[in-house]
Amino acid sequence: MKTLTLSWRYLWSRPLGAALNLLLLSLGLASISFLLLVGVQLNRAFDKDLAGIDVVVGAKGSPMQLILCGVFHLDVPPGNIPLSAIAKLRANPLLASVIPISLGDNYQGFRIVGTSHDYVEHYGATLAQGKLWDDSMQVVVGATVARKLGLQLGQTFAGSHGLSAGGHVHGDTPYTVVGILQASGSVLDRLIVTDTTSVWRVHEDFTALDDEDRKVMEQDREVTMALIRYRSPLAAVTFPRFINSSTEMQAAAPAYEISRLLSMLGLGTSVLQAFAGVLLLTAGLSVFIALWSAVRERRADLALLRMLGAAPARIAALLLGEALWLGALSALLGLAAGQALTALIGKLLELDNTLLIGGLIWPPELWLVPALAFAVALAAALLPALGAYRVSVLELLQDR
Amino acid sequence: MIRTQRLRFSYPGAAPLNFPDLDADQGSVILLSGPSGCGKSTWLALVAALVPASAGTLEVAGTTLGGMRRVAADAWRARTIGFLPQKLHLSAALNVAQNLGLAQWAAGLPEDPQRIAACLDALDVGQLAKRLPSQLSGGQAQRVALARAVLLAPQVILADEPTASLDDEAAAAALELLHHTAQRLGATLVIATHDARVAARLPSLPSGEPGYRALKLSRSSGDGA
Repeated sequence: MKTLTLSWRYLWSRPLGAALNLLLLSLGLASISFLLLVGVQLNRAFDKDLAGIDVVVGAKGSPMQLILCGVFHLDVPPGNIPLSAIAKLRANPLLASVIPISLGDNYQGFRIVGTSHDYVEHYGATLAQGKLWDDSMQVVVGATVARKLGLQLGQTFAGSHGLSAGGHVHGDTPYTVVGILQASGSVLDRLIVTDTTSVWRVHEDFTALDDEDRKVMEQDREVTMALIRYRSPLAAVTFPRFINSSTEMQAAAPAYEISRLLSMLGLGTSVLQAFAGVLLLTAGLSVFIALWSAVRERRADLALLRMLGAAPARIAALLLGEALWLGALSALLGLAAGQALTALIGKLLELDNTLLIGGLIWPPELWLVPALAFAVALAAALLPALGAYRVSVLELLQDR
Repeated sequence: MIRTQRLRFSYPGAAPLNFPDLDADQGSVILLSGPSGCGKSTWLALVAALVPASAGTLEVAGTTLGGMRRVAADAWRARTIGFLPQKLHLSAALNVAQNLGLAQWAAGLPEDPQRIAACLDALDVGQLAKRLPSQLSGGQAQRVALARAVLLAPQVILADEPTASLDDEAAAAALELLHHTAQRLGATLVIATHDARVAARLPSLPSGEPGYRALKLSRSSGDGA
């Protein structure tokens, strides 16, 4: 009989106690797994979506709103900026690239983004099918959009007004799908991308009363914002100040705004982490009490094992074996529950077409969970194991 | 065989226990008796190499004990000593066969189901192999505990109060089984007991002399057998 087999049998000789300890440990570990999985995926998504964007220029308002809307497509824009501003930005020698973003419509909840080819190239996205647009009213759809809406090349659809489903449908100006992007793990996966002129055309067709009115609108064309990359890091010193003080626009730095957002979220995360820590600590204490009681209850049995020739270390290993089993099982259950919970949250969020969070991934940070499981279980078992190590056979002989 | 000379053991802060000398051949039966506190448990612990003697010499099954390292003493005990405690201490978490497997585990040996089955059969409890201790009668449990003690064919069997709390009939059966098993294995049998029935129940030699060596301990030091 192997020591671990024997430990397993001893562990389950107290099924209720073992199950409760397992549940407590698993709950703590599931909470930690969930926090790790969500944190890692959010950071990855932020990093990926933010990559190469030094500053976002848009209408004055909340800078965080501008970033959440323009980079992550999670919020509504604070307003629009004149198209002429884009030309001026492009002429600015401090800037390496300026990508216009025009928002206003959606198709079944997925945002339709008017932009240039630069936007697709910026995220390094590649086409799974078709081509990029070469004319107005042609769209390229992200991988998630294509999968969830079943969109195929050549298919047409009409966008609806607003950034969430349910607005007025622009039935007179349908879009045609000319390309489908491969999944890139970036915000592009959940966007419908088209030329900026498409957004203008849809809205001008929708609102213009006559040709003259249309001409006026063409002169007053706007975009929602511009994603900008500096030519040199030194631009970060002067460019935002210039925009914020000398124009009707605002410049918001994504890195700064996101670190501000994360620090705000950090309080909630810390509370959750503390809660998970308390759960783990409670579980560790519970395991300790269970094993300590087991040693007290089985003192004579353990002494008999000494009498049968088992070395003290072998007897202590029995107790550690029980802790190892608890650690291994709780790590498995905790990880499974954490993954399931993350997948569930991801599913719910995906329905809202927002963040890309899912289960069944294994970032290196997740190794912390089994490490914690074994550490807590073994720490809880150390004193009981020492008690087992020191068990006296004379007590058995004198126990008449 | 068990040989002792001027064997002594001292607990810290207590008067030393001096044990009478003994010279018993392999296969003999030793009746260890004496009042509570006279050192029976300590004598058993000395013979099982659980504690080292403070003085004197002790030879068990051809091995002189004393100065043996603990790891070596554990290994020696596993293959040399079989122990039948008064409270049987069958593990409630394990079935009968697994309880016997404990002896192999304790000795660091691989589990040998055939040997376990043969040992249980020899003690007429082979059919109980899958039962839990809670499903055994008192007599069955004692047979299982004896099977555990003799599984590794020890050269010395230490039986601690094997007839305590048994009625006359059960005590006689238990002694007969113990004696028979020890004889079958050629093991030296040590019975530590308060029970006066034990001496009367042990078979005599063909010569008519008692079939056991009496080792009587007393609270005062230096009493002989």
